[in-house]
Amino acid sequence: MAEVTKLIHKYLRHDKKFPHVWCPGCGIGIMLGALIRAIDKCGFTKDEIVLVSGIGCTGRLPVYVDFNTLHTTHGRALAFATGVKLANPKLKVIVVMGDGDAVAIGGNHFIHAARRNIDLTAIILNNSIYGMTGGQYSPTTPYGMKTTTSSFFHIEQAFNISELAVTAGAPFVGRGTVYHARLLDSLMEKAFLKKGFAVVEVISHCHTQFGKLNKMGTAVEMMEWQRDHAVTVEKAAQMKEEELKDKFRIGILIDKELPVYLDEYEKIRTGSSGSGDRRP
Amino acid sequence: MKREKKKNFRELLLQGNEAIVEGALRAGCRFFAGYPITPATEISEQLSTRLPKIGGTFIQMEDEIGSIAAVIGASLAGAKSMTATSGPGFSLMQENLGFAIMAEVPCVIVNAMRGGPSTGLPTSPSQSDVMQARWGTHGDHPIIALCPSTVRECYDITIKAFNLSEKFRNPVIILVDEVVAHMREKITFYDDEEIDIFNRVKPSMPPEWYIPYEDTPSGIPPMANFGEGYRYHVTGLTHDIRGFPTSRPDEIDPFIRRLFRKISQHFSEIQFGEFFETDDADISIIAYGCVARSAKRAAIDARARGVKVGVLKLNTLWPFMRTAVEKVLNTSKIVIVPEMNMGQISREVKRVNKGPTKIFTINKVDGTIITPEEILARIKEVG
Repeated sequence: MAEVTKLIHKYLRHDKKFPHVWCPGCGIGIMLGALIRAIDKCGFTKDEIVLVSGIGCTGRLPVYVDFNTLHTTHGRALAFATGVKLANPKLKVIVVMGDGDAVAIGGNHFIHAARRNIDLTAIILNNSIYGMTGGQYSPTTPYGMKTTTSSFFHIEQAFNISELAVTAGAPFVGRGTVYHARLLDSLMEKAFLKKGFAVVEVISHCHTQFGKLNKMGTAVEMMEWQRDHAVTVEKAAQMKEEELKDKFRIGILIDKELPVYLDEYEKIRTGSSGSGDRRP
Repeated sequence: MKREKKKNFRELLLQGNEAIVEGALRAGCRFFAGYPITPATEISEQLSTRLPKIGGTFIQMEDEIGSIAAVIGASLAGAKSMTATSGPGFSLMQENLGFAIMAEVPCVIVNAMRGGPSTGLPTSPSQSDVMQARWGTHGDHPIIALCPSTVRECYDITIKAFNLSEKFRNPVIILVDEVVAHMREKITFYDDEEIDIFNRVKPSMPPEWYIPYEDTPSGIPPMANFGEGYRYHVTGLTHDIRGFPTSRPDEIDPFIRRLFRKISQHFSEIQFGEFFETDDADISIIAYGCVARSAKRAAIDARARGVKVGVLKLNTLWPFMRTAVEKVLNTSKIVIVPEMNMGQISREVKRVNKGPTKIFTINKVDGTIITPEEILARIKEVG
């Protein structure tokens, strides 16, 4: 059996009604592949993984895989995940979100999760648009682009999700694309093994909505765009700012050590354990 | 040698909010997430110091939306969980409250009611969230809402709220008004008090046989916690018995009906209150929360003057105590419903009234409690 087939049989749900909801050529499948390969490589058991998502195309991801899966309300995945992790720290909690889910409706939860540094992994698929609802502009839609709610041109500036995560205090932030699939595997693996809040931004494409409205071609052509505009962190360090103008960096943007929430909370627990609780 | 007399009870002077904390801990609450808001903040403050001492977890979230989300997540991971808020925060919680109903996740939400709408009256009492508790979240859904009127009831009702939520896999709302939340009363805990604690029923079958949302005679499927080997899907989408999203009418209908049935076939376990001298009463007052206290005082004073007045105190607001209310509607000529809102429970009383009984209301919305004198005056006026 080929390696890829083995993982499909091991991790996809056999009792789930397929086919999946994603369009042919969508990048979410590539991200799911990377996610499964990284989980398998890290050696987590299926029982200890909790895969949490919000709403949208990316939000549909957990239903297909054989973990403890939680498909929450729009934007709130990280808040649900916070409760799961704090109630049972033994669980490995992974959160998948789209760009609208993570930094529009869920933006507040995102920056606070980064600041709080609970041991969670946040994977954000950024395709610059709301796909499921039919192609409206999202907080990561670049200036000047067309969407179904900016049919003239988009007049807002876009969020840079990874930089937002770094600024908000996340100790690990990586960015990859669905074109650079092997890099994505390694970023996810590192993020899963990181103690603390780890973010992986996955630059993807929505050829059905964003690509069509902006004449960017097929899924393949949009992935070629990713190839041509992504620059590794190492290479970017050698380049001038002007050369980087229409490029984005991929790789590990930050990896630092910070006190992890549950370790700190344990200090509170043990520090006060002497008095006990004698009240009814 | 000094001999110590061993007491088998402890007397404490507690606030309603503090009694809620005691009740929660007694019921087995081990997770609390909240956001500061008057008049519920004491619950957060106390649990932030109490929970870590017993291996539980407290977290202050970034808002009330995140608070209830974390509470649901913690419950799915196996912890009895609670949040506490007031009107504005309760409004923010509505969407995820619906999620907990849909995904059948036990949790307790305390709403210390203050005056509204909007920011309203942060430190003044009100009873105006009764209908929001019933219909605040979108979609057709069942709900349980309980209402204490004494500090002791705050303790007992919080335990009951946890028990009901665990048993019926449904969120339970505690609607406490600001008066009861902040009022201090003596509360006695007896060492030999027998308190029933109910823990969620877990699956007894092997994981491969587990069907997470399968119908049962009680309508309540057993609940597996995350990490216990029963890997299943939890979603706010309408789902089939395996938890997977469905749009098949033949799967949607039985699911929604089961959600209602699991509450409606257990009314007797959920509904409780107190009949105070209603048997021979010409006039009955139906009241709840702090107003029930005034009503009782008014009834005693009225009887001293020769007017037969009784009180039906409602401790369960939702599902509406139709049977108990019908009982007083059948025996009393007049029913008065005093409320600190423009008429929320009185609408329900009028709805179930099929006989000649006259129903009068007292509606007070100025941020102050309805006094016994005001109820007495109304008795005089209509009696």
